[in-house]
Amino acid sequence: MADQSTHTKVAADGAGYWTANIRIIVISLIIWALVSFGFGILLRPMISGISVGGTDLGFWFAQQGSILVFLALIFFYAWRMNKLDREYGVEED
Amino acid sequence: MDQFTINLLFVGASFALYIGIAIWARAGSTSEFYAAGRGVHPVTNGMATAADWMSAASFIGMAGLIAFTGYDNSTFLMGWTGGYVLLALLLAPYLRKFGKFTVSEFIGDRFYSPTARIVAVICLIVASTTYVIGQMTGVGVAFGRFLEISNTSGLLIGACVVFAYAVFGGMKGVTYTQVAQYVVLIMAYTIPAVFISLQLTGNPIPALGLFGETAAAGGEGSVYLLQKLDQVVTELGFASYTEAHKDNLNMVLFTLSLMIGTAGLPHVIMRFFTVPKVSDARWSAGWALVFIALLYLTAPAVGAMARLNITNLMWPNGTSNEAVSVEAIQNDSEYNWMLTWQKTGLLDWEDKNGDGKIQYYNDQSDAMAAKAAENGWEGNELTKFNRDILVLANPEIASLPSWVIGLVAAGGLAAALSTAAGLLLAISSAVSHDLMKGQLTPNMSEKSELLSARIAMAVAIGVATILGLNPPGFAAQTVALAFGLAAASIFPALMMGIFSKRVNNVGAVSGMLAGLGFTLVYIFLHKGWLFIAGTNSFPDTVDGSLLGIQSTAIGAVGAMINFAVAYIVSMSTADTPQEIKDLVESVRVPAGAGGAVDH
Repeated sequence: MADQSTHTKVAADGAGYWTANIRIIVISLIIWALVSFGFGILLRPMISGISVGGTDLGFWFAQQGSILVFLALIFFYAWRMNKLDREYGVEED
Repeated sequence: MDQFTINLLFVGASFALYIGIAIWARAGSTSEFYAAGRGVHPVTNGMATAADWMSAASFIGMAGLIAFTGYDNSTFLMGWTGGYVLLALLLAPYLRKFGKFTVSEFIGDRFYSPTARIVAVICLIVASTTYVIGQMTGVGVAFGRFLEISNTSGLLIGACVVFAYAVFGGMKGVTYTQVAQYVVLIMAYTIPAVFISLQLTGNPIPALGLFGETAAAGGEGSVYLLQKLDQVVTELGFASYTEAHKDNLNMVLFTLSLMIGTAGLPHVIMRFFTVPKVSDARWSAGWALVFIALLYLTAPAVGAMARLNITNLMWPNGTSNEAVSVEAIQNDSEYNWMLTWQKTGLLDWEDKNGDGKIQYYNDQSDAMAAKAAENGWEGNELTKFNRDILVLANPEIASLPSWVIGLVAAGGLAAALSTAAGLLLAISSAVSHDLMKGQLTPNMSEKSELLSARIAMAVAIGVATILGLNPPGFAAQTVALAFGLAAASIFPALMMGIFSKRVNNVGAVSGMLAGLGFTLVYIFLHKGWLFIAGTNSFPDTVDGSLLGIQSTAIGAVGAMINFAVAYIVSMSTADTPQEIKDLVESVRVPAGAGGAVDH
């Protein structure tokens, strides 16, 4: 991850940058799948006890919640990666 | 002024605006034609992407499908937004860094093979043409209604307008026009929804109104909107709105198909070539989803509220009392919309038992059979309600002012036209830039390249119009098939091209062909060959289908086949050359956009 060379500028083909990127992608995609396929579809019966406006939490995730989480994920990724670019000195001019 | 004139006024004014912008920002060079000279700000680009993306399927079709099915069609909502996460994380920044004009250019270079490029072009054309068929279905519905002519004439007029419109400019004209179209379409979608949400729940934000309370039947106290909806639809023998009725496998695969397809459709990916920097490509995907979410968060509210309003109109005194009378439909102003829509042939009713009332209920339900027998009903009398008319009819159903109806007319056409134009641009660039200039006649001039681009557009719209006359489904369903095709062919090749250095030319080509072939054959087996009705071997239902998977959901399986075949074939053939490994390295880092990184 970033801690191995945050202040040293690594070569552009630095494996560290790519590994860090993959890690962020994997974590983001786990959340992506959890809110849509998980809470929205497969895990809906498990969270059906929590009621939201006349229905259950799974219905909310399927119709609105997952969209809000997707938005947060993309902006988080853009912010995190632009920061990572600078940490590894691979940002654009 | 009557409604017809008001509609024409709104549609005419919005068209004048788009054409004005298109002329003002006319494309001069090929670079501008395809990628707007890479001078588009992420927010502007996001808005244009949103307009490009939200087609007749999202605007006209989706809420109708949700309204009549409820929870099960949440798949459209998750699928068509979740794909942006894949796009932002897995494709957009890298393709921007690569720095070419088209998707197939990337595939051709990365897999160092003209064959790969041609196969990619074929995949793009198949997926995009299917998509345009869905658009044309929506265009037909919209033009049919607003010119008050039949669906078929509407479709033919619409095709001419789309063509004239797309030929005008390339990406640059389209980008700024699409910003205007976004503004028109989002206003057209949300303003009626706000009115309806206020009427039903008192909440001005439809997305919140969906989970809000509404007046209980009989006017005493209040009840949650969704509970009331569940109650009235089940009383008429329909499946409940909020419960799941579809199997998990099909729901997951369908959602996944739409997601992967979103990230594999050329006209969306092309948008990310037009931002100045790699970091902008990341933000652009986010901005696009912000503008898309404004509609997508409203859509489930539009669907649920429209379903409730329709039920209330058909059963004005509650589901346990008398149904609406034929006389009321003919004479009362609040039923005017039924008369106008009847002209398009997409809505119809018939007093089967001759009691002067129109009973709307589910005559397939066993529970309703007893009630029907007792009351002398002889089947559902609201005989036809095309799902694609719901959004356009929605403001009329809710008796909103006539200017709102005119605005929705303009919005629906903006949605269909913007996407059709974007798709035609993608098809034409695939043919002229990748196929003609890239492979067949490399020395062709810029002028003849632009000419061949326009001929390709004309052919594509012709094919889509012919097939659109007998579409394989409602607008959103046809579009879903296009997503399945894109998911199975393009996305895996792009993703492996970036995330694997090992996948080689033979692997990528075999993967794309296997994914596209499998998906296309599976769809044709269920929808008919070339979508010609009656030539299908299996019924298009979950139980009747070949693998227990609906044809709209098969794209996800096709994508997995693509990944697997590409990987296995690559591992058993020669490794990729060093310069390709270097190319992949350079695409992975933002620095030095424009050239390869030194080693």
